Amino acid sequence: MSFWFWHGLRKGIQSTRYPGRAENTPGISPGRPMNTDFSSAEEARLAAEICPSDAIVAHGKSTYVDHGKCVNCQLCLHSLPSPMNWEPGFEWTRLPANRTESFPLPSAFAKSTHIMVVDAGDCGACLHEVKQLNNPLYNMHRLGFFLTATPRTADLLLVVGPVSENMRGPLLKTWEAMPTSRKVMAVGSCAISGGVFGRSFMCACGVGSVLPVDFEVPGDPPPPLAILHGLLVVAGRKSLKSLEPVSEGRS
Amino acid sequence: MAAHSSPIAGDNTAGLIDLTAAVEERFGSEISRAPVGGGFVLTLALSQPDVLPALCKFLFWEHGCLFGGITTEEHAARWQMHYTFLLLGSGWIDLELSLPLETIVLPSIVAEVHAADWHEREIEDLFGIHFENHPRLGDFVLHDQIWHEGIDPMRKNFSASHPQLERKVDLDWQPLLVVGDPGSFAMPVGPIYEGGVGESLHFLLETVGEDVIRAAPRLFYNYRAVEKIAEGRTVGDALLLSERFAATSAFAHSLAFCLAAERIAAVDVPPRAAALRVLLAELERLRHHAGAIAAICESTALAVPASQAAIIEENLLRASCVFADHRYLFGLNTPGGLNRDFGSEQCNTLLVAVDEAESDLRILEKRLRLSSSFLDRLEDVGVVTGENARDLNLVGPIGRASAQHCDLRKACSYSGYGQLPFDVPCETEGDGYARLRVLFAEATQSAKLIHRVAGRLEEGLVRVSCELHRAGAALGWAEAPRGAALHWLRVDKTGVVERYRAITPSFNNWLGFHVAAENFAFQDFPIILATFGLSATECDR
Repeated sequence: MSFWFWHGLRKGIQSTRYPGRAENTPGISPGRPMNTDFSSAEEARLAAEICPSDAIVAHGKSTYVDHGKCVNCQLCLHSLPSPMNWEPGFEWTRLPANRTESFPLPSAFAKSTHIMVVDAGDCGACLHEVKQLNNPLYNMHRLGFFLTATPRTADLLLVVGPVSENMRGPLLKTWEAMPTSRKVMAVGSCAISGGVFGRSFMCACGVGSVLPVDFEVPGDPPPPLAILHGLLVVAGRKSLKSLEPVSEGRS
Repeated sequence: MAAHSSPIAGDNTAGLIDLTAAVEERFGSEISRAPVGGGFVLTLALSQPDVLPALCKFLFWEHGCLFGGITTEEHAARWQMHYTFLLLGSGWIDLELSLPLETIVLPSIVAEVHAADWHEREIEDLFGIHFENHPRLGDFVLHDQIWHEGIDPMRKNFSASHPQLERKVDLDWQPLLVVGDPGSFAMPVGPIYEGGVGESLHFLLETVGEDVIRAAPRLFYNYRAVEKIAEGRTVGDALLLSERFAATSAFAHSLAFCLAAERIAAVDVPPRAAALRVLLAELERLRHHAGAIAAICESTALAVPASQAAIIEENLLRASCVFADHRYLFGLNTPGGLNRDFGSEQCNTLLVAVDEAESDLRILEKRLRLSSSFLDRLEDVGVVTGENARDLNLVGPIGRASAQHCDLRKACSYSGYGQLPFDVPCETEGDGYARLRVLFAEATQSAKLIHRVAGRLEEGLVRVSCELHRAGAALGWAEAPRGAALHWLRVDKTGVVERYRAITPSFNNWLGFHVAAENFAFQDFPIILATFGLSATECDR
């Protein structure tokens, strides 16, 4: 059995250098559509029309994307004569629409953040991407992020899924059991806007209709590094100025 | 009834016609019209429900058919029930029953076909149809402590769009306990559990102290009423739902959905699209199995192989993203083919990643076979005997680890699987180790299939027009990574979904979980759970 030890060592360090260095290995992120200026209003209208989740709005020759609604069906990339521009990357964390600012956790928690994950009707993709953060390629432990099984020791409530009716009660109980100052992060389009499920007798159309959400990570599903960026924002180790380029050595 | 000329297309339908003849001989007077068929599905219309138990028993036990599931449709003035059975190697038999809407009691077939248990419970909960002599109805999809009795959300007169305001929260609600010996108690686990990242489901571990006597899962915490909200949407929008209700097998489910839509429109996809669909479906299976293997290693706390399997899985996720622009293969399937084509260079890049994953998995398997303490945790743990697996109609790798040979790719070929050479690995022990071996062997077969398909891709279109201009209904099926997935679709003549039903492998197999989880030590619970590798959200829909 000791051979596992050697096999483990021989693999070497596999973890990404993010956030210390930029990460752009192919396949870490599917990217997402970005606001696009077309050459004609007709093209913009077509782009808005093809979007099944009304995430794209046309205004004259320009289109604007609400990433909280985008379900990454890629119709606007592959099924249009003139496709939307596509942006790579993953630093997508944003504020909920009803907020102008959210504060990160107090600095005492910055290097040791305990996370409670709740699956509130998720399809499995976002949850799976959260799970990937524990594999050696992302290894969120190295950054001081820990999953916890009890809300009593949790600093951050990470919710995936649109909040199904049968999970509303357990979700609220979890939140109530957490010590303040707690933060809530909605991960994935379903958790932000309800996604393809929308509002129904069984779906609450996102976490925001049940709990006060502090930060959102859009994407369907957001790739692991997008969620990691969200965690760094909650811990106050990354700023929300998503327009600035991926900076090196800032963590 | 007169023998009919072959109404069904396909090469292996002789068995299906023979079986129909046998049914007609025995139950001829109960069949109200001549069998109709098309594309591997043969419909037998029954005149009245009383014959159901005997007929289902005849099909399931005497002719070795597999149970597909029960689909309920509500039309303007009548119920239409479909009891679906699969004759291995031939096709599906659909027992169709038309009843006036006033009928709300049907004979239960659970005593004859145990696998129908949860189907009947679900129908009772969502449609309000009662099944006579069913041992336990109620509290299934709609949890009794928050939902009133008498709400039947799948009925047409129930509006899905309005939030249900008349919820109750019954704090006195008690789950059903079976073990009643003095000193016994029940330990609740869930719905939020697993030390961090687990799907929402609840277990009640009934124990007398050291050993767990019985573990009953309670599901449907993730119920999003996918089948209900699909109604009234266009086929394109419903496709998004079929892809996103269980994303870890998104491609297989969207494939089954598209196959159903293509059957309604009577469209054949071009050979290149069919081949690429096989390639993508096998890529998903390979990735899923790598993840399932990682979960099994993790459940035994063997950290290094768990990490190494997780690396293989993540590398396949990345390869999927490079190949198809999405880590979970969303947005590829469309009725009529695929949304886009792939160049040979892309295929070659993918093949490199697949080869690497395959050889890494092989090395991992070899080393795991030498890890005696790991094998001790898996062997003879969570045993499902062949009889139990047959009785409960277990599908997928779990069924195949218990000597059930059903694999839809072979049993009822689709998307050109019939012409491809591959093996369906089977084991007989039915324990955790057998399930692990099946996962490894299937991953190897998937890698082989990907190579074979990529090496002989025909040139041509990947998509044909698939306009749904006529009303109709059809069954689509695919072997998802966890087992057989059946999607029943009915559209009206404008292409709007009237009824969508997804029968998933997890729904099928969770029913059998309690067999594996009987009389075990507490510390084996995560291992049994991991070797089953089921998804709650795929079951819940």
